[in-house]
Amino acid sequence: MNHSKLQDKLLQAARANPPSDQVPYAFEKRITALLASRKVEDKSVVWSRALWRAAFSCLALVVLLGVWLHFRPTPPSTETADDISQDFRNTLTAQNDTPTPP
Amino acid sequence: MERTEAELIAAVLKGDSSSFEPLVQKYSPRVFATARRYARRESEVEDIVQEVWLKSFEKLASFRGEAPFEHWLMRLAVRTCYDFLRGHQRNRESAFSELTEAEEDWLERFVVEPSSAPEDSDAAKLLINRVMEKLSPQARLVITLLEIEDRSVKEIAELTGWTVPLVKVRAFRARGEMRKILSKIAKDKYL
Repeated sequence: MNHSKLQDKLLQAARANPPSDQVPYAFEKRITALLASRKVEDKSVVWSRALWRAAFSCLALVVLLGVWLHFRPTPPSTETADDISQDFRNTLTAQNDTPTPP
Repeated sequence: MERTEAELIAAVLKGDSSSFEPLVQKYSPRVFATARRYARRESEVEDIVQEVWLKSFEKLASFRGEAPFEHWLMRLAVRTCYDFLRGHQRNRESAFSELTEAEEDWLERFVVEPSSAPEDSDAAKLLINRVMEKLSPQARLVITLLEIEDRSVKEIAELTGWTVPLVKVRAFRARGEMRKILSKIAKDKYL
């Protein structure tokens, strides 16, 4: 069998039988409806994406604040506390400390 | 008054998606005919055409209007068909199913007297479809565009996005691939 001749013959057959260009009924309506539904879907997608982003931002802010509150450099509170307690004690014992007149 | 293509496209780009409908109506026959060259089942053909139109809607902003809309659309259609072929490669790896009686008769007539086997018969059509389905996606695309649709190498390069030398190389390989499949059919049948 001559393969190249068979190849030519079959290619001729393909050329002689072009595919149909028939379009299903109301196909263009289907495409338009699909595009419209995708548009609506797109809006909801944009909204949900924005809301998720906002939620993640809030969560990240809460975590950062928590970390900052936990690890923030505390002022030397002992000193202040000492001062207050010292003042308190001085006030209480002020009467005792006052030298009694002879 | 009927609006021109440029006006319709401009309206779509401004957000009036209903202006897309006349374009779909006008060019769907061509897109369907193209898709039917690469997919056999009608459901697959519709999926391909639908994808072509969705892509064209999404990418419409990239259409500059330098070339006709039809050329731009057909480029998109051919590339979508190629993606379809690549996505369905597994189908062609299946075993070569037996030829129908009509196909065998046609082949026998060809062996006896090549000119007696009519190329416009259903059997010849079935046989070439069978051979095309066995080709690799690249080979099938090149054979379809070059040998069946009779397009030039330059046109194929524009449609596929391949370079001209690459189209030539792939066309050479595709012919070889096709001959190999035909020799396999002959071997299965006559040896």
